[in-house]
Amino acid sequence: MVEFFTTTNLGIVLTILGQCLLILIPLLVALAFLMYADRKVWAAVQMRKGPNVVGAFGLLQSFADFIKYIVKEVVVPAGADKAVFFLAPMITFVLAVIAWAVIPFNEGWVMSDINVAILYVFAVSSLEVYGVIMGGWASNSKYPFLGSLRSAAQMISYEVSIGLIIIGVIISTGSLNFGDIVAAQEGDWGILHWYFIPHFPMLFLFFISALAETNRPPFDLPEAESELVAGYQVEYSSTPFLLFMIGELMAVVLMCALVSLLFLGGWLSPIGFLPDGILWLVGKMAFCFFIFAMVKAIVPRFRYDQLMRLGWKVFLPMSLAWVVLVAFLAKFEVLGGFWARWAMGG
Amino acid sequence: MTPALIAFYAFAVTTIGGGLMTVISRNPVHSVLWLILAFLSSAGLFVLLGAEFVAMLLIIVYVGAVAVLFLFVVMMLDVDFAELKAEMARYMPLALLIGVILLMQLALAFGVWGFSDGVDTRITQPIGDMENTKQLGILLYDQYFLLFQLAGLILLTAMIGAIVLTLRHRVDVKRQNIVGQIMRDPAQQMELKDVKPGQGL
Repeated sequence: MVEFFTTTNLGIVLTILGQCLLILIPLLVALAFLMYADRKVWAAVQMRKGPNVVGAFGLLQSFADFIKYIVKEVVVPAGADKAVFFLAPMITFVLAVIAWAVIPFNEGWVMSDINVAILYVFAVSSLEVYGVIMGGWASNSKYPFLGSLRSAAQMISYEVSIGLIIIGVIISTGSLNFGDIVAAQEGDWGILHWYFIPHFPMLFLFFISALAETNRPPFDLPEAESELVAGYQVEYSSTPFLLFMIGELMAVVLMCALVSLLFLGGWLSPIGFLPDGILWLVGKMAFCFFIFAMVKAIVPRFRYDQLMRLGWKVFLPMSLAWVVLVAFLAKFEVLGGFWARWAMGG
Repeated sequence: MTPALIAFYAFAVTTIGGGLMTVISRNPVHSVLWLILAFLSSAGLFVLLGAEFVAMLLIIVYVGAVAVLFLFVVMMLDVDFAELKAEMARYMPLALLIGVILLMQLALAFGVWGFSDGVDTRITQPIGDMENTKQLGILLYDQYFLLFQLAGLILLTAMIGAIVLTLRHRVDVKRQNIVGQIMRDPAQQMELKDVKPGQGL
């Protein structure tokens, strides 16, 4: 029976399909509750109650919303490019999902253990701009178009600094594989070996760039409702809108996973003698998501020129200088290879 | 049919189909989107060849950056491409002539294509048993270090050239002085005065 699933073509296809479902279903269910958590945190900061009607404490609110989105009517604007109009939300959703193929949840718990895993995630997240730009153009309306142009410029700008920050981590590890990156952060001292100490300022830069990359507040200019109604999503309704929303939220969760894996030690436990495991990773991701939600609640929105200035004139030079510095520190194995983990034997 | 073979034919067909549709599609934005499909499927072909690093770079650089710029430009352009296409008939004979001449030149060149002796030894051999990201790194940064740096310098020159060409120092715009704004404090900027009733300042 085991041979059927590991040797024959049909068996391998079925195995991969099963793995996909094993990742996708918990992810989507978790997403429903994260959406609820996001709204609850936001409400708590503003001293409101938040969703509290559907189910106990409003826990089923996301599912009610889901049904509502599904059964509403799809409105297509006159003059819209229909094919591209419907392609855009699908692209956003599909890209958000396929990035999870290389994210490990525990040692060896990864669907596709490829050498260039981190480049793959970077490539997929650089494609996400197409969902936005196609949606804005295909709507054939001025607010969505303006929103999509803003968003595309924003996402491209912050991708540059994300890439440079990732390069610093790669230099320290000597590998592009997530498993190796997490393994390099392992050591007897637990939390002190994680990359957020040697790469300290980059954790914050990465986090802020992730906010901009996923169009979250305070960088939610593409959908700045006071100026552009809802940016590129104005003309979308019903299921296409739902796909956009799920895609965006999933990108946020992916960024949480990236922060946890790259800087916070992934599935490693913070204290040496406690067992490692998936629960640590989930906890770290939940913590990152909480910070995401808090930032949304307490930080005012940036103006567009401030956003561009921050990306190009502050983050880009800083991350570039950091890459050079880390390359130097790693090459000469400063502090016993604190920045060069292969020298520590970690 | 192995899965790899099926994947190869799927990627090959979408690459050619995407390329074809880039040329014949009437809407320029659709053209760019088809071009992106062609890029993506050729990245798939690279993966099948075992060159996963090149595949990812193709997606990041060409699809993630270059094609986005194409899309930007094409979306902003207000060119009536249908009109341009109508003029195509006028230039068709000349274009055909150029095409035929180019094809003949290529055929001539490839017809007498040959390798000199001992070319095998001068081609870079695969380095040991490593993943190809590492191989590329060693090749570029050790063996061809100077050439690689030179290529980087040329790109830098091109970038500076583009900036110089487009940079204008405008004096009629109001600029934000961020440092000045941050350094402001009430003590310097405000003065409290006692206004006597009926007198003003």
